[in-house]
This record gives sequence, C-alpha cells and structure tokens, in this order.
Amino acid sequence: MEGMVSVSFKKKDLLSIEDLTKNEISFILDTAASMKKVSTERFIKKVPTLRGRTVINLFMESSTRTRTSFELAAKRLSADVLNISPSTSSITKGESLRDMALNLEAMHPHIFVIRHAMSGAPQLFSQYTNASVVNAGDGAHEHPTQALLDMLTIQEHKGKIKGLNVGIVGDITYSRVARSNIHALRKMGAHVIFVGPATMIPSGIEKLGAKVSHNLDSILSKVDVLMMLRIQQERQDKTNFPNVREYSRYYGLSKARAKLLKQDALIMHPGPINWGVEMAFEIADDPRFVVMEQVTNGVAVRMAVLYLVGTRGEGA
Amino acid sequence: MGWPFVWLFYIWSEHVGRVLNFMDLLIKNATLVDPAEKREGRFDVAIKDGKVAQVASHIKGKADKTIEAKGRLLCPGLIDMHTHLREPGYEGKETIETGCRAAAAGGFTTIACMANTQPVNDNAMITEYILNQARRLNHVTVLPIGAISHGLKGEILADIGDMTHEGCVAISDDGSTIMNAALMRKALEYAKSFNIFVISHAEDASLAGEGDMNEGPLCTLMGLKGIPNASEEIIIARDIFLSELTRCPLHIAHVSTREGVNLIREAKKRGVKVTAEVTPHHLILTEEAVKGYNTNAKMRPPLRSATDVRAVQQGLKEGVIDVIATDHAPHSSADKDVEFSKALNGIVGLETAVPLTYTLVLKKVISLRQWVASLTQKPAKILGLKNKGTLRVGADADFTIIDTKASYTIDSKNFVSKSTNTPFDGWKVHGRVLITAVKGRLIHGT
Repeated sequence: MEGMVSVSFKKKDLLSIEDLTKNEISFILDTAASMKKVSTERFIKKVPTLRGRTVINLFMESSTRTRTSFELAAKRLSADVLNISPSTSSITKGESLRDMALNLEAMHPHIFVIRHAMSGAPQLFSQYTNASVVNAGDGAHEHPTQALLDMLTIQEHKGKIKGLNVGIVGDITYSRVARSNIHALRKMGAHVIFVGPATMIPSGIEKLGAKVSHNLDSILSKVDVLMMLRIQQERQDKTNFPNVREYSRYYGLSKARAKLLKQDALIMHPGPINWGVEMAFEIADDPRFVVMEQVTNGVAVRMAVLYLVGTRGEGA
Repeated sequence: MGWPFVWLFYIWSEHVGRVLNFMDLLIKNATLVDPAEKREGRFDVAIKDGKVAQVASHIKGKADKTIEAKGRLLCPGLIDMHTHLREPGYEGKETIETGCRAAAAGGFTTIACMANTQPVNDNAMITEYILNQARRLNHVTVLPIGAISHGLKGEILADIGDMTHEGCVAISDDGSTIMNAALMRKALEYAKSFNIFVISHAEDASLAGEGDMNEGPLCTLMGLKGIPNASEEIIIARDIFLSELTRCPLHIAHVSTREGVNLIREAKKRGVKVTAEVTPHHLILTEEAVKGYNTNAKMRPPLRSATDVRAVQQGLKEGVIDVIATDHAPHSSADKDVEFSKALNGIVGLETAVPLTYTLVLKKVISLRQWVASLTQKPAKILGLKNKGTLRVGADADFTIIDTKASYTIDSKNFVSKSTNTPFDGWKVHGRVLITAVKGRLIHGT
C-alpha cells in the first residue's frame, strides 16, 4: 500500500462526491481494490494501518448496513471504534450538533463518521472539529461512500465506467444515493438517466447532466447498469404516488421487465430492498443481481476512505 | 412688576425671537432630498420645538446647535414598516430597546413591528406594553402591527378594534399566511371598518411546507426542500382578489418573485388598493448565498433566482413595489448555528439596509430620489403618517444624514442589535449613516 501513497489524497474530510475530482475518485477506487483483499483473501482480516487512531461513528439516523460496514472497515484497519447513536446520546437532552462536535473534539478523536437526517449536517460538524469527517449520508444531499462502492462494483464487472448508460429508478427527490451517484458517474464519464414519476424527480435535475424519463420500460434495453432505489416509505408524503401497488406496477423491476434488460446488464440496489415493491422477489436469483457484491465492496471502499482521510496521504 | 409686564415681555421676546430667528437646530449646506416636497439640492433646514421651522437655500440666525452638512445627504427620517423587535418573549434575540437603537444606528426614525412575539400582539394589552416600552425609551417612533388572527393560528380574528384603538397601525400574521380565504376576507373587511390596512405574508403553506430554500437546481443539488415561486404568487393573486372584493387596502410584504411583481403591477393598473415592499436582501442576493448551507441566507420567502432579483429591482424602479422594508429578524446563534433545516428563518437588516440598497443608486437601478422615497415618503403614506416621511415646514423634525461617499466594511461585531445573523458580514459598502434625529433630537451621531 505504501507505493500508492505517492499519488496523494490530501483532503481532510470526505463530505461529498461533488467535491472530488475524477482522479481522486479513481485513486480511492484503486486503494479500495487493494483493501478488498484484506477482507476477501486473508484469513486474519486485519492490518495495522490505523493503529492508535480513534474513529467515532456518529449515526443520528438508523442504519445497519452502513454503520456495520464502517465499523468493520475501521476495525480491519486496527482503529479504535466508538459508536454513538441518537437514543443513547445527549441529543436526546437537546444538545446541539455544534456542542456535540465541540465536546467530542475535546477528546481528540481522529475521524468522525456521520450519518444525519438533515442535509449539510456533516459540513456543519466539520466546522467545529480538526478531526476528519466522513459523510455516511446526510438527508437528501449525499452518500459518498455508497457512490464509491457502486463505482467499484461497476468497474469490477465492466472494466470501465466511461461511456456506460446507467439508469437510476425511484425517488430521486429524497435520494442522497442518486445525488452522489450522478456526480460520480458524470465525473467518470457515464451517461445517466433518472426514471420515476414527476413527483419524484426534483426540479432542475437535468442541470446536473442527467436525462429524465417517466417510462421505465422504454429505457430497460438501453442501460448497462440499472440502479433501483428504495421507496422510502417512512419519508414519503402520501401524495408522491397513489399507493405501493401502483408504484410497483409502473416503476418496479418485475421478472418480465428484467427480461428486457441486456444480458450483461447489472442490477444494483443500495439496500435495504423492499421486496415486491421496487423489485420482485425473483430478481434475487437473477445472475445480473450484484447487490451482495455491493455490500462486500462497501467495506473495501470505507477502509480506503478511512485510510486516506485518517493518514491524509501521509501513510500510516 | 405685575403680570401685564410679564405678558408684554413674553410677547416681545417671541417677536424678537422670530425676527432674530432663534432655532433649536440648524442644518447647514445639506444636500436635501425630500421627494414629498419635490425638493432636491443644497438647502439649510431650521428646526424648532421638534418641528421643521424653515427650509431655504440660506437661513440666517442663531441656533442652539448647528450641523454643518456640506456634501452630506439629508433626508426625512427613514421609516421601516417591517421589523421584528422580539419583545415580549424573545428578549435573548432583541429587545424593544436594542431594536430601536439598531434602527437609529441604521438611520431609521420610525419602525413598525410585527406581531409574532410571545405572547403574540393579538390584544390591546400587548400593544400597550410595546408602546409603553417605546415611550419610556423615548427614542425612535415605534408603531405596532397587530395580529390578524388570535395567536397567529389563522382561525379567529384577533382583537383588531382594541389594538387599533391602542395604537396599532395595521394588522398582519407575518411569518405565516392566513390560509383560509374566508378569514382573510373578513380580516380585510374588519380592518377597513377601523381605517387600518392588512399586510399579507404571501406564502401558500401547503406548497411552501417545511421548505428550506428556493426550489430549483441548487436546492436539488444540496438535497434541501424547495419552496416554489408559485407558493408566493398564489397568495398574492388571492389577496389581490380579496382586496378588490372588500375594497380594503392591502400591502404585500417582502415580494420575492417575478410573477408576484407582475400580479401587483396588473392589480395597480386595475385600480386595486394594493401596495408592496421588498427587502434589501431580496433586491441584492440570489439563492447562491445559501451555498455551503449558510443559515444566514435562510429566510421566508427564500432568496430567489437572478431573474427574480432583476424583476423586484425593476418593480421598485417602476414604482410597482412602493417600499424598501428590512424584515429585520434577529436570531441568536442557538437558532442559526445548527443544521440548515433546523435553522430559523430571517436575518437582521436595520443596520445594513442603507448601504446595501444605496448600491442600487450607485448602479443606477433606481434614482436617488426613488431610493429616498421608498424609505420615507412612501412608507409614510401607506402607514398614514401625515407629519413624517417629509421635511416640509411643520412636519416632525425626523431626519437622517448620510455620508454617501464613505465606504466601509460591514462587521457584525459592531452591530447595535443583539443579534448578528447577517449574510453581509465582510461586504464592502458605500453610505454611512452619520446622524439620526427624532423630533429634532439626535439619537444617533453628533
């Protein structure tokens, strides 16, 4: 790994994909590819890279996959990890994010990993700490490590990202995954089409360099990658679509629709999946379904990110 | 000496006083702009007993105090018809005293304060409290605006008659919109019966919802909740129709959208009794100011697109928009140094309005006379203030002297206001308020 440090990644924080250059994204993906070997090829899945460093997982919104993934990533790099969740934190006593940041900062940790229901919260947090801040999803803004793990998965299967057609289907308005992915995919040279009813497509999204379609069937044969987003039923205004049955009928990936996809297309999903809503149960057996690889790559990407911000390109 | 001598002496001294022109205050060589009197040029202004005694190109005589104002702009005392003084209830953000002192520092001699205090100014006791505090301070003139609905809940009318009797000059639920059209109609009809007018905070609550900022590409990029222009336009249109129906004067607060300006333009052409205001920030800033999740650029209505900014500037230039009003909305750090969606709406404006809007004169968007009129004559007319907003002989000697050539950098640390929530910190501006006086008495500057 020391060899890679020569192309350095000097950022203190990873707050968004929007902030990254194409080269930085590629560098993270290369680093992740070697990190992946720690998880998949070694029996002892631990390297001493972040020994003596403290990572605080601050998850202010419920999460299993992302939090576990970050925790495992940190532990595989030998960092000391603390998990703080809202129910056990002083947020329940009305402490502001600012005060929380200042107090935790006073304990001199190295990295904060932050998940928050409000857009911009990690940016706010980073103003009050000298430690690195990694955005693990903020409101409807960004989820940078999700986009990075998606890029790694696409790259592994397709050998490239440039020139691919990627369809992203679902509630784009509320999706931080969609936002991080459009930045990542555009920077890496892919073409993006968002699909969903107009109630789920936010105004001005075309200005980010994406196309928009309201008809899923019409795009299926054209895409190399199909990302199905989760219908966030806990977030929906009831007026975005009449009911789940109707959503599934027009925008769900059924077995019949899957047949329209290219033979070598990839079916992706950031999870957790609402089976039977955005995706039919049978899709789980489709050879093009790569969701579990996405999960595996999630650990690798997060190891790479923690390593890069934790050492600020200086090496361990 | 008996009483006839005293009486004779009194008559004599009055006579001599008039001949020798004894004045309390004499402003010499000022560049006077008084749109109500169509006066623009170099003038001397004499003040006696709190009133304007004489305005002439050259006034001779003795005064207790003389202000040499050569090269300085002298205008009638500025009037801000939209401020939030926060007292009673939110004294941590602002008090009537600090708000008044901030107003004076910003050149304002009269301010109208909105009803969204705690408790709400929806009854005569709160109106009386505000006026008593202001009277005790004996500083800028404070004109309370009463609530339209009880507790600003939009359900039943507040004690509008009582509040008017006590001294409220208008009614408004500013901060929220009366979403029930029938209640808004009744408010207009009832207000008309008491010879006051209604100020509309035009924002459809169902469309604006919990919105964070202007709807559009930037909002989408930042993952925030959007507030579409239509939320403002729908209510402006509705309230224009209701004003037409009831023939009650209507004032639209803080217009921010192009179509909002167009609706008001058409209504005025039809003869509807509608007036409108725009804030300095909606005249100057676009939604770009929100970038980086800057909560000091979060307000209702939100900062809009460049097209909208041009439209409100044009509206002001044409007179479709009558007034510049600050919507001074002080908030503490606890309300602003938080997640964007959690941050409260609004920015302070009293101490930055003059230099910020003077930019429009420098850029020739509006003339000097239009600028002064929008801050003096026009709000005075809407508020029905016969002796303010002008320096005609006999009017209250409320005046503001501005060094329009002075340039400086806005530093919120120097604000007199209790709060510093401004997006203009560090801006280099032109136009410094030197003196503010109410009824001939200097309350800011020397």
